[in-house]
Amino acid sequence: MENKAEEVKTNQPIKSPSGFNIIWREIVRDKLALLSLAFLILIIAFVYGIALFLDQKEIVKVDLFSIYEPPGEEFLLGTDYGGRDVFGQLIIGTRNSLTIALLVTLLTGIIGVAYGVISGYFGGHIDNIMMRILDFFMILPFTMIVIAFVAIVPKYNTITFSLIMTAFLWMGIARLIRSKALQEKELDYIQASKTLGSSNFKIIFTQLLPNCSSLIIVTMTLNLAANIGLESGLSFLGFGFPESTPSLGTLLSYARNPQVLEYRWWIWVPASLMILLLMLSVNNIGQALKRAGDARQRRG
Amino acid sequence: MWKFTLRRTLIMIPQLIVLSILIFVLAQLMPGDALSGQVGPDVDPKRLDEIREQMGWNDPWHEQYGRWVGGILQGDFGDSYRFKIPVSELIGQRIVNSFWLSVATLILSYLIAIPLGITSGRYNDSWRDQLITGYSYIGFATPLFIFALVMLWLFGFTLQWFPTSGSVTPGLEPGTFEYVMSKLYHLLLPALSTALITTYGTIQYLRNEIVDTKQKDFIITARAKGASESRVYNRHILRNSLLPIAAFFGFEITNLIGGSIFIENIFGYPGMGQLLVESITLRDYTVLTATTLLFGVASILGALLSDIILSIVDPRIRIK
Repeated sequence: MENKAEEVKTNQPIKSPSGFNIIWREIVRDKLALLSLAFLILIIAFVYGIALFLDQKEIVKVDLFSIYEPPGEEFLLGTDYGGRDVFGQLIIGTRNSLTIALLVTLLTGIIGVAYGVISGYFGGHIDNIMMRILDFFMILPFTMIVIAFVAIVPKYNTITFSLIMTAFLWMGIARLIRSKALQEKELDYIQASKTLGSSNFKIIFTQLLPNCSSLIIVTMTLNLAANIGLESGLSFLGFGFPESTPSLGTLLSYARNPQVLEYRWWIWVPASLMILLLMLSVNNIGQALKRAGDARQRRG
Repeated sequence: MWKFTLRRTLIMIPQLIVLSILIFVLAQLMPGDALSGQVGPDVDPKRLDEIREQMGWNDPWHEQYGRWVGGILQGDFGDSYRFKIPVSELIGQRIVNSFWLSVATLILSYLIAIPLGITSGRYNDSWRDQLITGYSYIGFATPLFIFALVMLWLFGFTLQWFPTSGSVTPGLEPGTFEYVMSKLYHLLLPALSTALITTYGTIQYLRNEIVDTKQKDFIITARAKGASESRVYNRHILRNSLLPIAAFFGFEITNLIGGSIFIENIFGYPGMGQLLVESITLRDYTVLTATTLLFGVASILGALLSDIILSIVDPRIRIK
C-alpha cells in the first residue's frame, strides 16, 4: 500500500521552472551578467532620475567665460568649447542615447517580427517576394543611406531620426524570425492546430509567437547594444542628434577636433567609457539570455 | 556552377535599378540645387530659371532619370556644384586611396584572424582560447569609431609614431620609392585600427569551424594512420576549415565600406568616405549621389562575390 502511494507521488510530474525563473537563474549563475544588470539598472535609474532635475536648455547654453575648463570643483567633468558642463551633457546624453536606442530597438522589433512571421508562416510566393525585398535592404550600405536621408529631412527630431534608423535596421531580426517560423510551422503542434480548424491569426498569436519569444528577446537585447553604438556613431559624424540635443555621440564628436582629442580628454573619454560599458553590459545580459533560451547551453 | 553564377548575376540587375532609383529620388528631394546658392542682388532670378530650363531640370522625372543613368553608364556623373569640375575627376584620386586602404585592411585583418583563429580552435578551452575569445568579445562590443579615436590619440598624438592625417607627405614626387613608402606609412594606422576591431567575426568562425572539424571521422582516420600532429592540423583540418572563411570575403568588403566613412573622417584620410561627408556639409548633391551610388554598387558586388565563392565552396547552395 505504502509503496504504491510513493509511486504515485514520484510519478507526479515535477513542475518545470517558468521562463522567468530560468532567465533569472541563468543571470545569477553568470556573475558578469548579474554585475551588468546591476550596472544597467543603476545607470538607467540615475540618468533618468537626475535628468528630471536638469534643464537641457540650461546645460546646452553657451557660457563664454568658462570655455574648456578642466575638471574641478565647479564643473565635475570640465566644460567644452562653448563653456557647457560636460557632466550634465553626459547625463542628458546618456539618457537621450538610451531613449533612442530603446525606441529603435522596439520599432525594428515590431516591424521585423511581423515581417518575419508573415513571410515564414505563409511561405510560398509571399515569402519569395518578401525575401527579395529584404535582400535588397540588406545590401544597402547602412551608414551612407542613413546619412543621405538625414541630410534631406529638413528638421529632424528624436522621432524622425529613429524612424530613419528603423527603416534600415529591421532586416536582421526579420530574417531570424522568418527562418524560425519556417521551422516551427512544420512541427506537429501547429499542423494539429490547423487540422482542428484554428484560424491563422490564432495560431500565430497563441502558438507561433510564444515559441519564438526567447529568440525575439535575445535578438532585441543584442540589437539594443548595437543600436547604442550606431546612434553614437551617426551623432559622432554629425548626422544624428544636433548639438542642442546632447547625446553620447555628440560629446564624442568634439574629439574630431585634434586639439580636443589631444589635450582635453575630459570631453570625450567619459562618453567613450559610457558607450563601452553600456554596450558591454547589454551584450553580457544578451548572452546570458541566449543561454537561458537554449537548454543545452544553460549553466544552471 | 556557371548556371548559378549567371542566375545570381541576373538578380543583381533589378537590385542595381532599384538602388539607382532610390538615390535619384533622394537627390530630387534634396533642398535647393546648384543655382540656388548663387541667388544674389546681381543675379536676375529669371535668368536662373532660364538656365534651369536649359539644363532640363524642369523635365518630368523619368526623362531626368534616363539622362542621369545614361550619363553614369558613360562614366559621366555630372559636375560638382562647388568645385565646378566633373565629379568623376573629384572621385578619381579618392577612390584609389580608398581602394588601397581597403586592401591593406583586408590583408591585416586576415593576418590577425587566421593565426588567432587557429590557436583558439586547436587549443580550445585552454587559457589561450579564453584570451582570444575575450579579445573578440570586446571587439564585438566596441564601436569602430571609438577604438579608432583611441588609436589615433595613442599612436598618432601621444606617441607620435604615425601621421595623424592625409594620405601622403606633401611635396613628394609620385612614383618614387619615398612616395610609395609615405603612402604605406599613412594608411598603416587606419588599416590596423579597422583590422584589429572588425576581425572578431572571422576569428570566432574559424575557431568554431576547427573545433567542429577536429571531431570528424576523417581526422580520426588520419591520426590512426599515423599522421603527425602538425600534418593533421595543417593538411587535413586547416584545408577544410579555411574554405568557409573565403566565403566571407565579400561580406568583409561590405563591412569595410560601412567602416570607411568613420575611419577616413577620423584619420583625415582623403578617400570616398570623407568625400561623402564633405559633400553633405557643402551641399554638393551631385557628389553626394555619385558617392552613395558607388558605395551601394560596391556593396551589391560584395554580396555577389560572397554568394559566388560560397557556391564554389558549398555545392548545396547551387542545387537550391
